[in-house]
Parts: sequence; C-alpha cells; structure tokens
Amino acid sequence: MTIAVALTGFVFGSLIGTLGAWAKIGGGALARGVADAYTTVLRGIPDLLVIYLFYFGSSAVLTPIGRFFGAEGFVSLPGFLAGALAIGVVSGAYFTEVFRGAYNTVSRGELEAATATGMTRLLRFRRIVVPLTLRFALPGLGNVWQQVLKESALISVTGLVEILRQSQIAAGSTRQPFTFFMAAAVLYLVISTASGWSLSRAEAHFTRGLRRA
Amino acid sequence: MTAVPAVRLTDLRKSFGPLEVLKGVSLEAHEGDVVSILGSSGSGKSTMLRCINMLATPDGGEVAIRGEVIGLTPTRHGMRPADRLQVDRMRSQIGMVFQSFNLWSHMTVLENVIEAPIHVQKRPRAEAVAEAEAILAKVGIADKRNHYPAHLSGGQQQRAAIARALAQRPKVMLFDEPTSALDPELVGEVLRVMRSLAEEGRTMLVVTHEMGFARDVSNKVVFLHKGVVEAQGAPGEVFTNSTSERFRQFLAG
Repeated sequence: MTIAVALTGFVFGSLIGTLGAWAKIGGGALARGVADAYTTVLRGIPDLLVIYLFYFGSSAVLTPIGRFFGAEGFVSLPGFLAGALAIGVVSGAYFTEVFRGAYNTVSRGELEAATATGMTRLLRFRRIVVPLTLRFALPGLGNVWQQVLKESALISVTGLVEILRQSQIAAGSTRQPFTFFMAAAVLYLVISTASGWSLSRAEAHFTRGLRRA
Repeated sequence: MTAVPAVRLTDLRKSFGPLEVLKGVSLEAHEGDVVSILGSSGSGKSTMLRCINMLATPDGGEVAIRGEVIGLTPTRHGMRPADRLQVDRMRSQIGMVFQSFNLWSHMTVLENVIEAPIHVQKRPRAEAVAEAEAILAKVGIADKRNHYPAHLSGGQQQRAAIARALAQRPKVMLFDEPTSALDPELVGEVLRVMRSLAEEGRTMLVVTHEMGFARDVSNKVVFLHKGVVEAQGAPGEVFTNSTSERFRQFLAG
C-alpha cells in the first residue's frame, strides 16, 4: 500500500512537474505566474496540511454535492485517492523545479540541431528533450522519490492502512511498539535502498555517452 | 545553372533589440553553387545563415528555397513563421553543420545520423542504416559508428555532424563556421570532406574564416560588413581586384 500510494503520487507529481516546468520555461506571463505561485506555495506549507486539505477539504466540497444527489451523510474521497493526489500536488512542485533546472542544463546547440533537421516540436520533445533532460534530472528525482516515500507515511492520518498505520495498529494491539515500529523502519529502508539501486541503474542508462570509453 | 535559385534572400533584415544586425541583405545561390560568406565578427554572417532555415526569424525581407517563399506573419516584436509545417518541411531539406558540432550526446554516431531520416522523413530503418553507413565511410569515420560523440575528437565529431546533415538528403547545406572550434591540426580533415562535397556539385553556403577554402573551393564569395553585402562575386575577381576598401582591410587582417 505504501508503494502503491507513493508510486501513484510520484507519477501524478511528475505529470504536474512536466506541465509546471513547461509553463515556467516556455509559457506566457500568465502560465509562468501560476507556476511560480504554485511552486512557492506548495513548497512553503507543511505537507500534512495539504493532505488534510485534500482529505477533509474534498469531503467538505463533496458532501453537499452528494446530498444534492440524494446521498446520506458524509461523502469523501477515498483515503488512497486523496493521499495520492496530495502527494502528487506537493511533489509536483519539487518536480517542476528539478525539471526546470535540468532542462536549463541541456545544451542549446543540441536542441537547435534537432530543430534544424525539421523535427516537429512534439518529436523533438520526445526524442531529444526528454532523454537529455532526464540525464540531468535523475539525481534530483531520486531526492523527490525518497521524499515522496516518507511523505506517504503522513497519509496514515486519513486512515489509509499503509506501513506506518499497520505498525501502529499492530503495536497497539500487541503492546510491543518497539518491535513493530522497528519493523516499519526496516521496511522503509528496504524500499528506499531498492529504489536507490534502480535509480543508479537508470542514471547509468541516461548518462551513456558521457562516460569515458 | 537553373532558372530558380536554390536559395534566394531578398532585402533580409534582422535586429536583436536595438542592434540592427542585417540591414537589407540580398543573395542568390544556384544549384551546385558553393558560396563562401566572409566577414569579421558581428558582421551578421551567421545570423544571415540562420535566417535561411529560420533558426533566426528575419524581421523583414524574404527567404525563398527553390522558389518557395517562406511565409512570415508580423507579431508585436517582429515576425514569426506563418506556417510551422512549411518551415519544418523546408528545414528537413536543408542540412546544417554548426560551429560546435551539436551532435546529440545521448546517441551514438550512427544513431545521430539515422535520427532525422527515420523519424522526420519516415524512411525505413534498414534503408536509413545502410545509407548512413555509406555516408560515414565517405567522411572517414565508419569505424566510429557505435561511439558516443564525447569519445571522438573535434574533427571526428564535425565529420559525424556533416554525415548527419548529409543523411537528410539535403537540397542545400549550410555550414556555420564549421572549423572555427577545431584545433588547427584537425581543420584539414573537415575541409577535405567539405571540398569533396563541393566537387560532388552540392549546393553549399559556408560561413568561414578559411580564406583558402573561399578562394579555391567556392565559386562565389560574399563579404558582409556591418549587416550589408560589401562585396560579392567569383573568388578570382573579388580577391584580386575588389574595389571595396573594407574587404582589402579584412584580407590584410
């Protein structure tokens, strides 16, 4: 569950981040303003607050709508969806900055060479911009992922049973908090170590051509 | 010489902010012409070259490739291409070689060369690879096909970049100071490749500081000074009895 919610949030965040970076680099004044406001606000407020906003805020919006359609009582987004959305929106702000920084490192000349061959903007984005940007973005993305993973623990406040919530329940019912929280810590470490390893594999893939033969 | 010029620039103007770089440049290059474009730095020669494939958008005047005028529409700040598809199609027929090579660093030499043929021109992969290998052999780096650009010398990188441009089956080739970033001992290998292309009868416009190339290989020399064409003609007459005082100063260094 931890991995699922973190992954969903990560993917969602990367989509927002791509849009945000695009707005900051190539957008008009309005798009740039919106993206600036977004990254400033989301990086400046506690993540837990965003999660509360999504979980309880969404139900404040959804409950009247539900009542209108004849539903009884309290309507809310499922904990998983609210959590993944919240993580996505928060990490999207970090993604935006990582992508923007990485794109600015890509050599203008290589982009210009692509333009000069007659590539359409979409083709150029897919074949040239993405691989070259990812090369410089990967170390930053690793940080974002670790952060997302730990943030997923905060989702336990919505009652979603992920690693932390599970160990809370177990610790509560067995009265062995140390054992279960240690187990949770080990699990988080295992996940982050494994993902760190796959990340360095990915980095090797995308920096091919930079290594000395 | 055909009736319709391969490249025709008419009264081309371009400013960067308050700086007027091109002040009305006109030029014709016919099929098979090798035009050397000379001028001191800041004379506008690179900007002129970049206007041909719209890497720089002119503020005024006209660019025509094989008789087809590239449509421009005015904006608040100058001009922009009216039809992106027309520009993309036109660019795919023009090969460009840059001063700093600009090979795609995440691709091998072969991948660089087959990229545009496969993805822009939609040619079959096998055909593109076969042609790319022939081109790489021609520029003398067939053995480097699976190397990444970072592992090649400057001269090899520039020859790979020329191969990439050739693989587009270009109607016109643009060279933007192709030897200026090279160590002196590597200039020769690139010039030799360019000379052989000229001998094949390819249409080339070359911004260069190589006077030997301009004099011996090109059949037309254009000298730009402060955004205007100061002298032009066959190298023989321009180099020996140009009436332009500035050109003679330029030659004297």
